[in-house]
Amino acid sequence: MTTLVPPTQPRSVFASRNSISQRETREFYLFVSPWIIGFLVFMLGPIVASLYLGFTDYDAFSSPKWVGIDNFARLFQDPLFWKSLRVSALYSLMSVPLLLVVGLFIAILLNQALRGMSFLRTVYYMPAVISGVAASMLWIWIFHPDFGILNAGLALIGIRGPAWLWDQTWALPSIVLMSLWGVGSSMLINLGGLQSIPTALYEAAEIDGAPAWRRFFSITLPMLTPVIFYNLVTGIIGALQIFTQGYIMTQGGPNNATLFYVLYLYRNGFEWFRLGLASAMAWLLFLILILLTAFIFKSSPMWVYYEAGDA
Amino acid sequence: MVLTQSARRRFQTALSYVLLLSGAALIMIPLVWMVSTSLKEPSAVYTFPPKIVPDPVRWSNFPESLTIAPFGRFYVNTTIVTLANIVGHLLSCSLVAFAFARLRAPGKNLLFMLVLSTVMIPFYVRMIPLFILYRTFGWLDTLLPLIVPAFFAGNAFYIFLLRQFFLTINRELEDAARIDGCSTFGVYWRIILPLSQPALAMIAVFDFVFNWNDFLGPLIFLNSVRNRTVAVGLAYFQGSLETAPMMHLLMAAALISIIPVLVLFFFTQRYFIQGIVFTGMKG
Repeated sequence: MTTLVPPTQPRSVFASRNSISQRETREFYLFVSPWIIGFLVFMLGPIVASLYLGFTDYDAFSSPKWVGIDNFARLFQDPLFWKSLRVSALYSLMSVPLLLVVGLFIAILLNQALRGMSFLRTVYYMPAVISGVAASMLWIWIFHPDFGILNAGLALIGIRGPAWLWDQTWALPSIVLMSLWGVGSSMLINLGGLQSIPTALYEAAEIDGAPAWRRFFSITLPMLTPVIFYNLVTGIIGALQIFTQGYIMTQGGPNNATLFYVLYLYRNGFEWFRLGLASAMAWLLFLILILLTAFIFKSSPMWVYYEAGDA
Repeated sequence: MVLTQSARRRFQTALSYVLLLSGAALIMIPLVWMVSTSLKEPSAVYTFPPKIVPDPVRWSNFPESLTIAPFGRFYVNTTIVTLANIVGHLLSCSLVAFAFARLRAPGKNLLFMLVLSTVMIPFYVRMIPLFILYRTFGWLDTLLPLIVPAFFAGNAFYIFLLRQFFLTINRELEDAARIDGCSTFGVYWRIILPLSQPALAMIAVFDFVFNWNDFLGPLIFLNSVRNRTVAVGLAYFQGSLETAPMMHLLMAAALISIIPVLVLFFFTQRYFIQGIVFTGMKG
């Protein structure tokens, strides 16, 4: 990883000339023009259009009709809108902390100078590269109430497992359980963080006779807060966008127990062609994400430790 | 209880192994279950308690699963999309990153902030206008919506990663080339790109996995069966089999679909690990 840290180099003889030449400016803008075009056409344009569409009634065939805040008023009165928001929020609340803690725990175990650690790291990370679709199909079968391996395993220890995805109460926790299978990304990022903690800190603590739990809470955890912060932000952003599992495994059921926000958005947009309403939904979630991220960033000085000069 | 230092260490090591190996077993069970089911006879699939080792082993599930939907087309489509994305991203993102790393111009820093800010923008905010845009272009139900944006540097993370990498490359070589009359593009093409193979490989690997697995984009932009990618084709296959007891074929088809990614992962782990850790450290 050290190769990726930009060193401070002396400026090149060409770059150090007194002023930026016209030619260099021209070349710069020529070289970044693919990004500028792509940004305008595929990014900024659609975001602005999405905001506009949120205030219109648009069925994809006739032209959009301005309706003011009707879509938002309608959403706020729609019990399914609130339900979907709650489902995605609950999912995030369960899976994000779980992935953080389990990922950190595995990373700590793997961060020992023992044989076979890199092999185990490979095993733990592997499920993270498997597609959501294939994984969803596999887990439907794992969760099968009568013939799935999960309930077969539970039966071995005398537990009669629930109907998992087919049970209103268990459907969402099932998908949380499945998300744990992808703990590899969180584990890997934590592992990277652990390896960047200077060993001198631990050596000093050991000389002072600090017990293991003390070393963990006074060195490991504080030094790891930037990584935890990153995992938290990306974890929440990712979890609130969950779609594939709901679409493939449960179709939002049973009784809308897994009607994720983006699934409901997709249905409004592409199954019922309420494109205006769906755009309003998209912007609402976007706003929630921005506010949440801003809140986490604002709170970070209280709990994220950055070494001086590093930020 | 007083334990000697080395006894405690041994105990800790043993406990770590027990925990790590049981965790690894839990991670592997779903895959074992998938392989096992994909090799079973239809009559052996729905039994309780389930048998892990299929007897007899039915290899014909694999070819059979491929004939139930036009999987040949799906694989061709996915391969086209994946390769085109890799080529597009490598060329366009590296060109843009090179400009940010090496050229100076007014407004550069502002533009770079803009690039970084797009990392956070989720796809679903853009997907409805993109759907309308592609419809007016006449691109719906073609692979173009999944390919073209890649050629316009449509991934801020790749730009960032490449720029960071380019900044570590020593400038002396470039200066020498410049003195010999090499153009700016020449510096990018003949010096920077060849020296950046590790970073380019990392991006190629990431892009492969992302595009091979991508679902929501193809689901929205593709329509007819023959234009589907593997991910969408599989989902459709599963939906159509909902009632039929064909889990062995479903698992066989799903297993085939993840093999390319798994093989790639095993041979390029180094890049995965570097890339993921990099996102964590710098993000």
